[in-house]
Amino acid sequence: MNHDLMRQLAEILPRIQGFIYPNEIEIHWGMLIVVYPYITGVVAGAFILASLVKVFNVKEVQPLYRLSLLTALAYLLVAPMALVSHLGHPERFYEILLTPNTSSAMAMFGFVYAWYLMAVLLLEIWFVHRMDMIALAEQHRGAMRFVYRALSLYSRDTSERAVAFDHSALKVITIVGIPSAFLLHGYVGFIFGSVKANPWWSSVLIPIVFLFSAIVSGIALVILLYMIINPLAGGKINMKCVDKAVDFLFYAVIVDFSLEMVDFIHRVYQSEEEIKILSEMVMNKLFLSLVVIQVLLGMLLPLTLISITKIFRKRFGASEDLRKMVYFLSVLLIQFGIFATRWNVVIGGQMFSKSFRGLTTYKMEFGGLEGLLYALGLLILPLVILTVLLKILPPWKEMKELRGGAAGGGLETAGS
Amino acid sequence: MNGRRTFLKGLFAFLFSGGLIEGMLNILPAGALAREAPDKGKWYGYGVSVDKCIGCGRCMDACKTENDVPREPFFFRTWVERYILRKHGATTVKTIDPAAEAPPEADFDKSILRSFFVPKLCNQCANPPCVQVCPVGATFQTDDGVVLVNVKTCIGCRYCIQACPYGARYLHPVTRTADKCTFCYHRISKGLLPACVEVCPTQARVFGDLNAQASPMSRFQRMNKIHVLKPALNTEPKVYYAGLDGEVR
Amino acid sequence: MVKFPEKIPDSLARLLVVFLALVAAGAFVVLVVIPRPMKDVRLQWADDIKREQAKPVRYAGFHVCVECHGEIYEMKKKGYHRDLSCETCHGPAKAHTEDPDKVKPVIPAQRAFCPLCHAYNPSRPRGFPQINPVVHNPLKACASCHNPHDPKPPTTPKDCSACHGEIARTKAVSHHVMLACTTCHEVPRQHKISPRSVKPSKPQTREFCGKCHAKDARDKMAKDAPRVDLSEHGEKYVCWQCHYPHSPEVEN
Repeated sequence: MNHDLMRQLAEILPRIQGFIYPNEIEIHWGMLIVVYPYITGVVAGAFILASLVKVFNVKEVQPLYRLSLLTALAYLLVAPMALVSHLGHPERFYEILLTPNTSSAMAMFGFVYAWYLMAVLLLEIWFVHRMDMIALAEQHRGAMRFVYRALSLYSRDTSERAVAFDHSALKVITIVGIPSAFLLHGYVGFIFGSVKANPWWSSVLIPIVFLFSAIVSGIALVILLYMIINPLAGGKINMKCVDKAVDFLFYAVIVDFSLEMVDFIHRVYQSEEEIKILSEMVMNKLFLSLVVIQVLLGMLLPLTLISITKIFRKRFGASEDLRKMVYFLSVLLIQFGIFATRWNVVIGGQMFSKSFRGLTTYKMEFGGLEGLLYALGLLILPLVILTVLLKILPPWKEMKELRGGAAGGGLETAGS
Repeated sequence: MNGRRTFLKGLFAFLFSGGLIEGMLNILPAGALAREAPDKGKWYGYGVSVDKCIGCGRCMDACKTENDVPREPFFFRTWVERYILRKHGATTVKTIDPAAEAPPEADFDKSILRSFFVPKLCNQCANPPCVQVCPVGATFQTDDGVVLVNVKTCIGCRYCIQACPYGARYLHPVTRTADKCTFCYHRISKGLLPACVEVCPTQARVFGDLNAQASPMSRFQRMNKIHVLKPALNTEPKVYYAGLDGEVR
Repeated sequence: MVKFPEKIPDSLARLLVVFLALVAAGAFVVLVVIPRPMKDVRLQWADDIKREQAKPVRYAGFHVCVECHGEIYEMKKKGYHRDLSCETCHGPAKAHTEDPDKVKPVIPAQRAFCPLCHAYNPSRPRGFPQINPVVHNPLKACASCHNPHDPKPPTTPKDCSACHGEIARTKAVSHHVMLACTTCHEVPRQHKISPRSVKPSKPQTREFCGKCHAKDARDKMAKDAPRVDLSEHGEKYVCWQCHYPHSPEVEN
């Protein structure tokens, strides 16, 4: 392990450009810390998509409601794993709970996470599925029956009053939930944005850019999952729903793109001490991941594709399959784009020296805790968890809904 | 999901909120942040005379010996940078390697405008960004103004390494915790000098109590025009440089 | 039985029970189960300061050596190396002070050691004594000519360089290496007796340098000296505002 590290560092040594401080050769936040903001971004974004239904009454995207909540939960459960396993001492993670340093943005992780998980996501999911769980407990025998009973906390109240209470509780939770989702990901942005030593990170815009890219990635991922899972479950894709969701995605990408451009123009125009080394880094080290993947493939191409479906509405309106294909390609590209965004922030912020005189290099390992394999595992794990969640709390009825919200909220559907 | 799992999850999540309560009880560890020189007691500082440094690297070697810093060239509590400023603004910088210094240069390189060595170490900031960001309070400032890392509670998250503007911290490959210069805390609390100051042959490095009236350190401060590294970041370093060139970052 | 609980909806009551149970369990764990040193950061700091202070010392410090090596100390304190710690060259010696017979500090006799400080390097401060180890008596051990505890040039510098070593060493690698100090400075005899009250002269005019460097200079020492037209060259400035006479900078 130790020997491996020395070998890796020795390999980087000849690839350093210019001068870097001697302790800066090692890139300390690797693949896992790239995965972490990506995952929390999906959580926040998926939740915001869900709240479109509940708070803003966008009935068209009702079929995505439960799916997005469960997606948020599945990803949220994996988020701390990425963080804990990158630690030098993962077994000491409890220190952050026992002696949290109140001035540390990172120490707040526990609280923001607990708040979001307990007060928002679990509660919302519980209220949404309470009636379902009572019904499912009736349908099942044996162990599963016990599981549903326990999950519903042995609640059996199916009276109209109870359903009405569920409904108003959901409203309150979602209203609390939106700022909480903003908090969750804005906070992740703040972890980076507040590092004054690092001009690539240190920016007031970073939390907001993180937030909007989170919304982008969350909505895009839920659309992607819906387009894959629904046909697999024997449903038909509700294009009215997807059209609407893609609309929101489209606006979110535009806002995200504008914010990033503002940040970029601001940096170039102010042209401070670090501009030379940063532009060198963008042109040499981050060209593929930033210019090509993040901006061209991850933003401009999907924006163009979606715009085309809007401009040539007649042709695309007629052919759902064509539209589906364009949407599918767009959300897929956006996923890669947002992942590249996280990469550029996290890895980019460590590739240039704080002496602003040189660049180091990131060499990804294949195996090991910091390696590619483990990171891929962490990216796949939420999908596994989601599969389990979908088995326990099936959203099929809602997802296969074709009329697109005509029946109203999912709750009524479930309750009636 | 089954019952036990929800239970475990709940318990786990509660620990966080338990931390919340504890955090509220312990709130305002403001003493951990910016500090000012106390009226009584020691307040350590460090001086570097750039014009006196000959780049022999004895300090780097002594530091590694005294503090068990790994010998590999990726971990330094202190190091010396060599600056060569040439005509037309080209500046080259290198960390010197005392073990394998290049053969002496051809006697006269006319393109050199000026050239010098700059010793670097942890600036023991009075307003330390590393202490601010440490999530578990493992790095802290002592009453005499030295920033230390607690190896027993450091979780190795490396946020402090990111937050340090001077590149003074590294992750110790053996302990897997953050590590950096402590002004040789074990030496100075016995009245000895830090190892690097001890072995510096030209007194380019000075150490002492800033509260003392007559000491090499207070004389250093009185007799020189002083600069600190990256003053705009408001970290209030306690490593003071005399004769520092504007090119040094 | 009581009306109050009936007002709370059934579902909320169940959640509250779970929540309170979790709070109670958490409070129990945090307040009772976990020992204080694990949750009191101030205790941890005090503990760490003790641990830090208990670390072993390797370099004994400059006071210690004199206790046994008084003779060397007496010699060293008069020489140029008087400000050096013994451990700068001899390495960490704490172990030696504890068991002087078993552990011996290093004696760096190899030729590579002294050049760590004294090899020529343009980044070193001007005037710091430096040599080119390749041409400076190759293969000869440094200590065969210089006593490291009282280093001197093997021949005592006469005249100016005895006091003005920095200038002499700077001049030695400059274009003016061949010029004697007295070429430019008139040195009254008294200067050697009370150097601060009687000072040597310094050239005052452009014409002084012009004796060698003017277009029509005749001085025979100045055969190859670069020539300028004094009436055009350098505007209103005197020569030494652009050219440091002990190491004159010239174009190309």
